[in-house]
Amino acid sequence: MAQTFEITVNGEVRHIEAEADLPLIYVLRNELGLTGSRYGCGQEQCGSCMVLIDGEPSYACARAMDSVAGRNVQTIEDLGTVAEPHPLQQAFLDEQAGQCGYCLSGILISAKALLDRNPNPSRAEIVAALDGHLCRCGAHTRIIRAVDRAAAVLRGEGGA
Amino acid sequence: MSADRADLPLSLTVNPRPDQWLKFQADETVRVATGKVEIGQGVVTALSQIAAEELDLPLDRVVMLSGDSDEGPDERYTSSSLSIMVSGASIRLVCAEARALLVARAALRLNCSAEQISVEDGRFFMDGAASDISYWSVAPEIDWSLAATGTAAPKAPGEYRIVGQNVPRQDLPAKLVGGAYIHDRIPDDVVHARMLRQPGRDAVLRTLDEAAVRHAAGGEIEIFKQANFVAFLGADERSVEAAAAAAVEYAQWDNAPDIKPAQQEAAWLRGQPSDDRQYGAEEDVGTPGEVVEATFSRPYIAHASLGPSCALAQFSDGHLTIWSHGQGMHPLRRNIAEVLELPIEAISARHLSGPGCYGHNGADDVALDAAVIAMNKPGSCIRLQWRREEEFAYEPFGPAMLVDLKVHLDDAGRPADWTAEVWSPTHVQRPGTGSGFLLAAAALPNPPAAPVPQDPLEEAGGGGTRNATPYYDIPRTRILHHLVTASPVRTSALRTLGALPNVFALEAMIDDLAIRAGEDPLDYRLSMLSDPRARAVLETVAKRAGWSQRGSGGEGQGLGLAFARYKNAAAYAAVAVALRVDEQVHLDHIWVVADGGLVINPDGMRNQLEGGAVQGASWTLKEQVTMTGQGVTSLDWDSYPILRFSEIPEIEAEVLNQPEQPSLGVGECSVSPTAAAIGNAVAHALGRRIHDMPLSRERIMATLLH
Repeated sequence: MAQTFEITVNGEVRHIEAEADLPLIYVLRNELGLTGSRYGCGQEQCGSCMVLIDGEPSYACARAMDSVAGRNVQTIEDLGTVAEPHPLQQAFLDEQAGQCGYCLSGILISAKALLDRNPNPSRAEIVAALDGHLCRCGAHTRIIRAVDRAAAVLRGEGGA
Repeated sequence: MSADRADLPLSLTVNPRPDQWLKFQADETVRVATGKVEIGQGVVTALSQIAAEELDLPLDRVVMLSGDSDEGPDERYTSSSLSIMVSGASIRLVCAEARALLVARAALRLNCSAEQISVEDGRFFMDGAASDISYWSVAPEIDWSLAATGTAAPKAPGEYRIVGQNVPRQDLPAKLVGGAYIHDRIPDDVVHARMLRQPGRDAVLRTLDEAAVRHAAGGEIEIFKQANFVAFLGADERSVEAAAAAAVEYAQWDNAPDIKPAQQEAAWLRGQPSDDRQYGAEEDVGTPGEVVEATFSRPYIAHASLGPSCALAQFSDGHLTIWSHGQGMHPLRRNIAEVLELPIEAISARHLSGPGCYGHNGADDVALDAAVIAMNKPGSCIRLQWRREEEFAYEPFGPAMLVDLKVHLDDAGRPADWTAEVWSPTHVQRPGTGSGFLLAAAALPNPPAAPVPQDPLEEAGGGGTRNATPYYDIPRTRILHHLVTASPVRTSALRTLGALPNVFALEAMIDDLAIRAGEDPLDYRLSMLSDPRARAVLETVAKRAGWSQRGSGGEGQGLGLAFARYKNAAAYAAVAVALRVDEQVHLDHIWVVADGGLVINPDGMRNQLEGGAVQGASWTLKEQVTMTGQGVTSLDWDSYPILRFSEIPEIEAEVLNQPEQPSLGVGECSVSPTAAAIGNAVAHALGRRIHDMPLSRERIMATLLH
């Protein structure tokens, strides 16, 4: 039985008609056109679909709509654009942190959540924040460096 | 001059017309086309550097067209670390020739000699003075359909200003803001589709409980059936996904595979029917020295792309358009034309970015899936995506391999006679190569005959035999190759093909022989390695890793190194690995040093070296495809774990640039030496050798307890 759910996505209030158990990712990708959150496994194992729900990194692939009602969802599309990248996106460009890039939307989301609560993370803290994500190409060390670089820029220290 | 000169790169002999490569466009850019595609390796950016360099243009005047069956050159597949060596060499010659033709034409127009002409940003200067003509005003006066001769001299490396620079990847900005993948193309009126896969090529669908499938779907779906090809279609993606997932339970098949658990292990390969060949000198059984023998193995492994395979297809007005993330759009078009019995001109295949594939994965197969449905739904855009379990179950796997090494030593304890005996299913079943077919073809009416397994030719680097011959100075070597003709699962190209198990085995043997001879493994290698470039990568990596301070080992701390020249013909790479072993292996540090000749984009090359090291480490430590009964049982990331962020060591990659040497393929060179260096470091840490991959917790524990 479809119901109407009110959620805020990237700052905009949306009314979504959906089954209560519909995973959020279908709403984001197929109804709202926010395709940056990617389907990878559907089982909360790979992190390609990561979004922020009330600021917390959450897997969108298995997150039922009724548990998102009334909440604030933020996706990769809200971070920045090619013309005006978020400092994290700029740091990933500066480090050329990525190969195929399929994992990057989700990783950027978890990195943002980390830097929002911890502006000066250690390498171990960056790794812990990203450990729910898989990268098959092996760009990990660049990604870790890029998060570290973005943290420095956001703290107002140097940066490129 | 003739364009079929033997010394021209293959891509140029197949596509000799400059207009297959270059188009001078009205907006004063040059469109450079390549048949190679971006799969995360940065090759399109590197090729743009080569084109801009030879055309003497800034990078922003070069626009790349990649993987377009209608307008781009046919360069077959993006594979085997050949893109820079073949496509790059072709683009270099075509662009050099184009520049020469343009300059000659400008000289005619300006009534001067070609030597008086210079070019800046595409504009012609005569004796240093600006003229009013440019590439774009002169280009229409040249017949670009005449075959390139390959005779215009490209620039000397000393003149390079763009080649050799760390140019950022063109495709990355869009990928960092959530865009750019084939998966993200969801037209408003799209028809979503999912497959019920035929569990094996001989399986016949006996029953499908359609009512149960429709119930499970939860929303409206259409069931599409043609022989053993079954798909679920609808406007609601979740419903077709649910239908397809449920259908696996509600379908019953006759003649499905029945895999025995033992078949998932490499050891099963010994004694299976095989196509046998021998390469190299006859064994000198009279060699007087000691004989050392050992057996190594690697199980079936997966490409395990992060995103499932996806394709779009639309049949309108008698023309089929396919969007795909496969590695070759011309071969895809040919292969689909053959299955659908369509003229090749009736199909266009266009590349869009996908998740990293690392070889032949499901990307081609899913395109046929979508095309079959599109042909029966004229006008509709079909978007077909594999389910995650389907991706893990039906991709063509990297084959299991078993390697026996037998070495006769000379008086100094060095190999005098070396035999590598290799058992492996085929490493190439790419459709259209004669040994493979698009997966769904077997499910359709008139399925193709079972393919005859073949491996890549030896001159192309071989498959199961790849890097089986040591690069060291050994008087007599040979390979005994058993191409195992039956495999419980479909196998095909996966990054490095057989090189990883072969290098893992041979570099382990070299380490063990060094220990036997009482010599340091590095010195032992150098004593039989005359190629100075091979020595340089090894000596450099040893210095970086602090090899001279390496302890005697056996205390749980290990430092190992290994060397290989990929295919014994492409890039040189040496890798050192520092690690700890308790119940399992913890990687601390990986150093990679490689020589790829002239490097187009050093940072792009380092990115490949680093990624190759991680992937090689993951295969070596963690990965094995499991199977039983009807098929594969490792169907998610829990049952097929790969290396995670928390398991990633520090990685340093160094490029020894050799601008005067030809470019060598670098994309795969670090993978196998990383695997071997890990094997050697674990042996150093434990004081005992583990011969079988993966070097899992179970194997470490068994070795410790033994």
